[in-house]
Amino acid sequence: MSDDAVKIPGALSGVGGWLDDRFHGARGVRVLMKKVFPDHWSFMLGEIALWSFVILLLTGTYLSLFFVPSTTDIVYHGSYAKLNGIHMSEAYASTLRISFDIRGGLLIRQIHHWAANLFMVAIMAHMLRVFFTGAYRKPREVNWLIGIVLFTLGMLEGLFGYSLPDDQLSGAGLRIFEGVLQGIPIVGTYLAYFLFGGAFPGSAIVPRMYIIHVLLIPGLILALVSAHLFIMFHQKHTQMPMHGNTEKNVVGQPFWPYFMLKGQAWFFFIFGALVVLSTFAQINPVWLYGPYTPLAISSASQPDWYMGLLEGALRIMPAWEINFLGHTLSMSVLIPFALPLGIIFTGAALWPFFEAWATGDKAEHHINDRPRNAPVRTGIGVAAISFYGILWAEGANDVLADKLQIPLYTITWIARVAFFVVPIGAYFVTKRICLGLQRKDAELLTHGVEIGIIRQLPHGEFIEEARPLTNEENAVVASKHIAPALPAPGRLDPNGIPEPAARGPLGWARGVANRAFTETVVPDGHANGHGEHNGHAVADGEHAAITGGDSGDQHG
Amino acid sequence: MSSIIARRRHPAAGYAAIAGGLVLAGALYGALAGGPASAAPGQSSASPANGRSLFIQSCATCHGINAQGTSQAPSLIGAGAAAVDFQMSTGRMPAKEPGAENTRKPVTFSPQQIADIAAWIQSLGGGPTIPDATQVNTSGADTALGEELFSASCAQCHNAGGSGGALTYGKTAPSLVASTPTQIYEAMMTGPEAMPVFGDGTVTPDEKRAIIAYITQTRTEANPGGFSLGRTGTVTEGIVVWLGGLGFLVLIAMWLTARRKDAVVGPGHHAESGDH
Repeated sequence: MSDDAVKIPGALSGVGGWLDDRFHGARGVRVLMKKVFPDHWSFMLGEIALWSFVILLLTGTYLSLFFVPSTTDIVYHGSYAKLNGIHMSEAYASTLRISFDIRGGLLIRQIHHWAANLFMVAIMAHMLRVFFTGAYRKPREVNWLIGIVLFTLGMLEGLFGYSLPDDQLSGAGLRIFEGVLQGIPIVGTYLAYFLFGGAFPGSAIVPRMYIIHVLLIPGLILALVSAHLFIMFHQKHTQMPMHGNTEKNVVGQPFWPYFMLKGQAWFFFIFGALVVLSTFAQINPVWLYGPYTPLAISSASQPDWYMGLLEGALRIMPAWEINFLGHTLSMSVLIPFALPLGIIFTGAALWPFFEAWATGDKAEHHINDRPRNAPVRTGIGVAAISFYGILWAEGANDVLADKLQIPLYTITWIARVAFFVVPIGAYFVTKRICLGLQRKDAELLTHGVEIGIIRQLPHGEFIEEARPLTNEENAVVASKHIAPALPAPGRLDPNGIPEPAARGPLGWARGVANRAFTETVVPDGHANGHGEHNGHAVADGEHAAITGGDSGDQHG
Repeated sequence: MSSIIARRRHPAAGYAAIAGGLVLAGALYGALAGGPASAAPGQSSASPANGRSLFIQSCATCHGINAQGTSQAPSLIGAGAAAVDFQMSTGRMPAKEPGAENTRKPVTFSPQQIADIAAWIQSLGGGPTIPDATQVNTSGADTALGEELFSASCAQCHNAGGSGGALTYGKTAPSLVASTPTQIYEAMMTGPEAMPVFGDGTVTPDEKRAIIAYITQTRTEANPGGFSLGRTGTVTEGIVVWLGGLGFLVLIAMWLTARRKDAVVGPGHHAESGDH
C-alpha cells in the first residue's frame, strides 16, 4: 500500500495545513501514521481489554448520574412491587431504580458489569499470550510489570464495583474483605476500622468505595494504560516467527489507514458483542438478592470470576489460628489471602529477570517464541494455570457439589491434594510434550513433510516420499532459539579455580536452572531434508536427541 | 441420494453424521420418556384402615410394622400427616435407596392413597396436620415481609433465587421451583431431612404465607435483562464471559487478522530508536 494510493480531500488537507502552521506536527504525525504493526489474532487480546475499559468509562459515567452512594436507610416504594415497603440503603434503592425506572438503565448496568468481567478476562488472556510467547523478554520487562499492576488494580476496582449496590451479595463480599483486612497481623484491626470508619458495616464504606471506584482506581488505570501503550508504541510490537520477519524489522500493516480503521472496527465489534450479551444474558440480578443485612447470607454467594481464586483459597484452607504474644494470627485468612496471589503475582513479576539470569540471555527479542521452543517456561505457565484453576474451581465448590452431585467435602479434599500435586505434574507433562513437539520439528527439518506417496525402488526397498518445507513453513519450524548453556557448576578454569559465576549455592542454583532451560531437541545435523536425499530418513532411525546441560555448543 | 453419496467424503461429513445422530437420539428420547407424573394432594375423606394396609405393603420394611421405627428409619409416631404428605407427594418416600438424602422423584402413589396413609399416621400420635387452602392462600400476603424472612432464614441453604444449594456430606437443599405452597408449608412445619422445623411459634402462620408468596412470586416473575443463567450467580456468569465473550471475540479477531498478502516491512526497534 503506497502513499500515492491515499488521496487526501482538500478540506481535510486545509485543516491539516492550518494545524501544521501552528503546531509543526506534520512530520511526527506522518511517522506515526506510517508506523507498521504486525498482525496476529492473539495481538488483539490486549486491545479487548483497552476497548472494554473505554466502554466501562462510558457506561460508568451514565450509571454515576443515577447511583446514590449512601447507606442512609429509606423505605422502598419503587416499581419493583415485590420489595415494596422494605427498609434498604439509598445505594440499593438507587440500583433498583437504575434497573427498573431509568430508561436504558438495566441495559447500561449489565453492559457495565459484563464489560468489567470481559476486561479482566481479556487482561488475563493477554498476559497468558505474552507469557507463553516470551514477549516479556528484554526490552519489554517494564511493560510486563505494568500489566501485572493493571491486573491487580482491575481486581480491586471490580471488588469495589461489586460491593457498591449494597445488595446481599455485595455485603457478603464486603464482609469477607473486612475479615481479610482484620487478618493482617497487628495492624489489621486498625486498617479495617480506618477503612470502614468504625465497626462493620457502618455508613462510611459505601461513599468511600464509590470515590475509589469512580475516580482513584480508574485514574490510575488510565495513566498506566497510557504508559503501557506508549511503551508498546515506542518499543514496537513483537511479531510471530514467520517468513520475512527478523529481529530488525516489523512486518505488518501501517497504522493509517489499516490499524486505525481496524481498531475502530474492533471497538465496535466488542461494544456490539457486549450489548448483545447484556441484552440476552442477565448479570447480577440484585433484586433477587435483596438489600444487605449482616444477619443474612445466600448459598452460592460467589465473587466475580477474577476473585474466585481468593475465594477458593479461603475455602480450601484449614481453620488454623496462632496466638502470638497476645496477637491473634489468623492463618485461615492470612495464608489464603497472601499466599496464592503472592506466588502468582510475585512469580510473574520476577520471571523475566529469573529467566534472563538462568539462561544468561541478555539479548533483545522482538520475535516471539513458539511455546514448544521454551519448554521450561511453557511448563511453568501450565503449572500456574493449573494452580490457578484448582483454586478457582474450589471457589465454586458449593455450586459444583450441587450441580455435579459430588459431596462438598470430597471436592474440598480433592482440591487440597490437587493443589500440591497437579501443578508439579502439569510442569513435567507439559515439558515433555514440548520436547516431543520439538522432536517433530527436528524431523520436519531433517526429513521434510511426508506427502503420502510410497515408492518401491528397483531393488525392492520401499521409501516414503517427502517434500522439503516451503520457505514459509521453514521460517516457523526453524525459529527455535535456545541460548547456549552456561558453564556447568563447579567447572574449573585452567588454574584449577572454580569459575566465579558457578561458585557457591547461587551458582549451583543457576547451574541447575540453566540445565533445565537449555534442555532441547537438536536435529542431528547431517542433512536438512532438502533436495534429492528425501525419503532416506526412514532407514536412519532416530533423528533427534535430547541434549542439555553443558552440551550447549550443539544448539541449532 | 446420489448427492449424499457424492459428499460422503466431505470434511464436514463426519460432524454432520454425528450431529444428526445426536439430534435423532434426543428426539427419540423426548418422544419415549414422556412427561412427569402430576399429583396433587387430595383433601377428600381419608381411610386410615386402607392407609395402614398400604403402609404395611410399602413402608413397614424400614419404618416397622407399627411405624415404631427401626435401625433403618425413624419412628413415625407423632410425625403427623403433614410429614407423610410432604414426603410422599414429593416422591421422596418410599425411598429409592439408602443414601445421604432422599430427593424429589416421580410420585408413585395416588393422592387418595397418600391421604389414607397420612390419616393413619396422624391417628397414631398426632403431629402437624396438612394445611388447608386458607393457610396456604397467598393472595394479599406481604411479599416484602416474605423477602426479609426468606433472606434471614431460607436463602443460606436454598439460595436467594430459590434455586437450591449444596449442604455437607452429599446433602442438598433442593430447588424450590417445583414445590407447591402446601409442600412449602409442610416442610416448614415438619423440617424434612436436614431442614430445621419452623413451627408456628418461630414463624407465625401469616409469616409462612408471606414466605410462600415470596417464593412463588420470585420463581414465576420474569427475568428482566435476559436469560437468568440458572439463577446460580457469578459462577455461570464467569463461564459465559470466558466462553461466550472471549471465545466469540477470538473468532472475530481471527477473522479481522486473516492473512493479507500485501504486508509492509517497517523498521525494527534498532533501526528507529537508534539508542542501541
